[in-house]
Amino acid sequence: MSKDLTEKKSFLESEGTVSLLVVLLGFLCGTILVLLVGRNPLNMYKAIVQAMTGFDIDRGRLNVRYIGETLNYSVPFILCGFSMAFAARVGLFNIGGEGQYIVGMTVAQAVALLGPQIPGVHWMMAVAAAVVAGAFWGGIVGILKAKYEVSEVVSTIMLNYIALYLSRMVSFKLPGANTFRTDNFPETAKLTNDFFQQITRYSNLNNGVFLVVIAIVLYWFIMEKTSLGFGLRATGYNKDAALCSGIPVTRSITTSMAIAGAFAGLAGAIVILGSFAHGRVISGMDNYGFNGIAVALVGNSKALGVTLAGLLFGILKNAQPLMQSRQIPKEITLIIQGLIVVFIALRSGLYLFQQWRKTKQIKSGGEA
Amino acid sequence: MEDYAIEMIGISKAFPGILANDKVNLSVRKNEVHALLGENGAGKSTLMSILFGSYSADEGTIKINGREEKIKDPNAATALKIGMVHQHFKLVHNYTVTENIVLGQEPRNRFGFLDLRDARKRVQKLSEQYGLQVDPDAKIEDVTVGQEQRVEILKTLYRDADIIILDEPTAVLTPQEIDELMDIIKLLKSEGKTVVLITHKLKEIKAVADRCTVLRRGKSIDTVDVAGVTEKDLAEMMVGRAVNFSTEKKPAQPGEVVLSLKDLVIEDALGAVRVNNLSLDVREGEIMGIAGVDGNGQSELVHAINGMYPLTSGAIVLDGEDITRAGVRRRIQQGVGYVPEDRHKYGIVKDFSLSENVILKTYYQEPFSGRFGYMDTKPMDELTDKLIEEFDVRAGKGHVTEAGSLSGGNQQKLIIAREINLSPKVLVIAQPTRGLDVGAIEYIHKRIIAERDAGKAVLVVSYDLDEIMNLCDRIATISKGQILDVSDVKDVNEHEIGLMMAGEKKSKAGSDE
Repeated sequence: MSKDLTEKKSFLESEGTVSLLVVLLGFLCGTILVLLVGRNPLNMYKAIVQAMTGFDIDRGRLNVRYIGETLNYSVPFILCGFSMAFAARVGLFNIGGEGQYIVGMTVAQAVALLGPQIPGVHWMMAVAAAVVAGAFWGGIVGILKAKYEVSEVVSTIMLNYIALYLSRMVSFKLPGANTFRTDNFPETAKLTNDFFQQITRYSNLNNGVFLVVIAIVLYWFIMEKTSLGFGLRATGYNKDAALCSGIPVTRSITTSMAIAGAFAGLAGAIVILGSFAHGRVISGMDNYGFNGIAVALVGNSKALGVTLAGLLFGILKNAQPLMQSRQIPKEITLIIQGLIVVFIALRSGLYLFQQWRKTKQIKSGGEA
Repeated sequence: MEDYAIEMIGISKAFPGILANDKVNLSVRKNEVHALLGENGAGKSTLMSILFGSYSADEGTIKINGREEKIKDPNAATALKIGMVHQHFKLVHNYTVTENIVLGQEPRNRFGFLDLRDARKRVQKLSEQYGLQVDPDAKIEDVTVGQEQRVEILKTLYRDADIIILDEPTAVLTPQEIDELMDIIKLLKSEGKTVVLITHKLKEIKAVADRCTVLRRGKSIDTVDVAGVTEKDLAEMMVGRAVNFSTEKKPAQPGEVVLSLKDLVIEDALGAVRVNNLSLDVREGEIMGIAGVDGNGQSELVHAINGMYPLTSGAIVLDGEDITRAGVRRRIQQGVGYVPEDRHKYGIVKDFSLSENVILKTYYQEPFSGRFGYMDTKPMDELTDKLIEEFDVRAGKGHVTEAGSLSGGNQQKLIIAREINLSPKVLVIAQPTRGLDVGAIEYIHKRIIAERDAGKAVLVVSYDLDEIMNLCDRIATISKGQILDVSDVKDVNEHEIGLMMAGEKKSKAGSDE
């Protein structure tokens, strides 16, 4: 009879299903909220459908531009999600995605404005520099944690602010800088993709998409298929056993924070070089890094999960103005996002319910 | 019509993935010492937890003193005069004995303030009545493990328990303390108490128990009068087949010194000396056993050999090479195999599959990792299948089973399989068979001896003196971080080692008893 007990996890128990349920629950609550404020929740879903497919149900018109924008919005969510997820798999809590994103963005725009304008090379240099800078910014946290046991939560939060003001200082020195922007980027630095622009009616969709696909594959490959990922995962699950087995735990921590930072740095580069024509002198945070935490939680830190969760957040972001035009307060999307995170945190409740169900099954099996 | 203190009829209890109790029957007569015998994972602790109200049974009835009862929590059990002494004591370390005993039902004076005077008197009286010799004013942190256990027993007596359940009470005791505990159990019986003794040690059952119920894989096999059976009979009932008791082994053929510990001093994080100027040589082809009571520096010592605990001073030499400053991985490569005492914390990654656990120390090497660190699952799965088969690791789903879902014994087999497969020069094993069943113990001992016969040096740390005497060729006795004596197993007896474990140096005059 024991073979019945150890059969593979049922559909309801898979982590993916839990995330899906959580998302649906979030939307359900959002719907109720919209009803409570006296608006038609159908309009909310129409906006979401339009953000997702470009199809305007009311007017019966299709505008593919929305698809392009949604994808473009999803890019930083996905990458910052990976930034959080990569550290989370090693048992670290990277709240520094925002700072790593800012550092990446700043370095990318500096290289874009100051670097050699060689077609095909220029943007690559800018992106590479951003990735390295993000990795450096994350790596600092890793070293502090590994060598001096500084809590990564504290150091990442503080580094976020250092990144923000450092970015302002650096950006002020860039050519043509005023209080909010710099000169326009040279064409060689941009990630624009003419073909994408044509098929998506001049959305901001750009070559960054390719970089994201590479990042997704890389994340999956490093985590699941390499010895580096093996050591990192072992460290994340059980640091003591990893240490006892000779896995270089301190190095794992530094490496993972650096790689986490690289993902966020890449996000910064893609946003600035893909969606902006000029450098930015930022006065606040874009919050992609913070949203990345939620994305990683919803996506359960797995490659596919984070990708899907990032797309969801992209859809919601793109749906905001569409909702407003339909008299739905755009903040509802933020509430839905918030609720999803809260429900994820309640996951353990669901887990307990599943345990109870399983126990009942075994019991009835024992009687049969 | 017999008078029963406890009757548990048709008790079943399922946990996710396992049916821990399957229609178990247990009848304990009034005023008897009843042993509950079974391998680890046989369901003994589950059954007693149900009786004590920690778990609720899925089905079955419980009668206490002939009346059917629903025991929904430990408070209900206490009200029914059932007391339990858990394997891991539940005491507050910076409280006194009396404070610990009253904890949960603190006596108050008429102003509502804590008043321990009467309680203290009662503790003192009970302690004398049952020969427990516990000082009611001593702080728990100052008393020995054996005394902690007596405090737990006192706690049940203080709560007027008539039925006292002892869960694996001898696991943490020295031989002398075990003898004393046996006397205490007899005294409890003579004072009219009913004692249920959970154990897998047959010697103890023969020593004190009147009757014995044997559990095997969640089912009650039989209840027998202890006087009418031999240890061998009991063992066979427990395992379900004939067992070979004494470990057969040829005399050791020791060779060169492989592992040499020189003047090791280890301090813990607070600066307390855990290992004090310890020197020890382990030769190839011998099993060196470290005998001692838990907490005398053994854990720090074996951790330090594996490279996880910093040395304050001293040197560790492996096969002529100084590895004092080498990291853990380097030591593993040099040939240090290590089976840690706390297998959940240090031995396995519970969320990893068996395969992933098997390659935990070698995952970065061929054939598991190829170029650019690309990992191939086939070699690791094949190796794991081989080890599962060879070491009889019982896993529901083969090599993809999560290690955390295995029973403790199977986890230990997995770890030992991994370490032996590494073919180390020295194999350091802390508590090789803690919590394992007789069959597994037999097998693991055999494997350890086979490693020895293959010319490996083996260092065994165990708190179970029987195991040390049975398995090892030489015995080093440790107390307070110092090795008091190293003797050939032929030249010492349990009594001498027991005295040294308690800190008494062996008299130079030798055997003058």
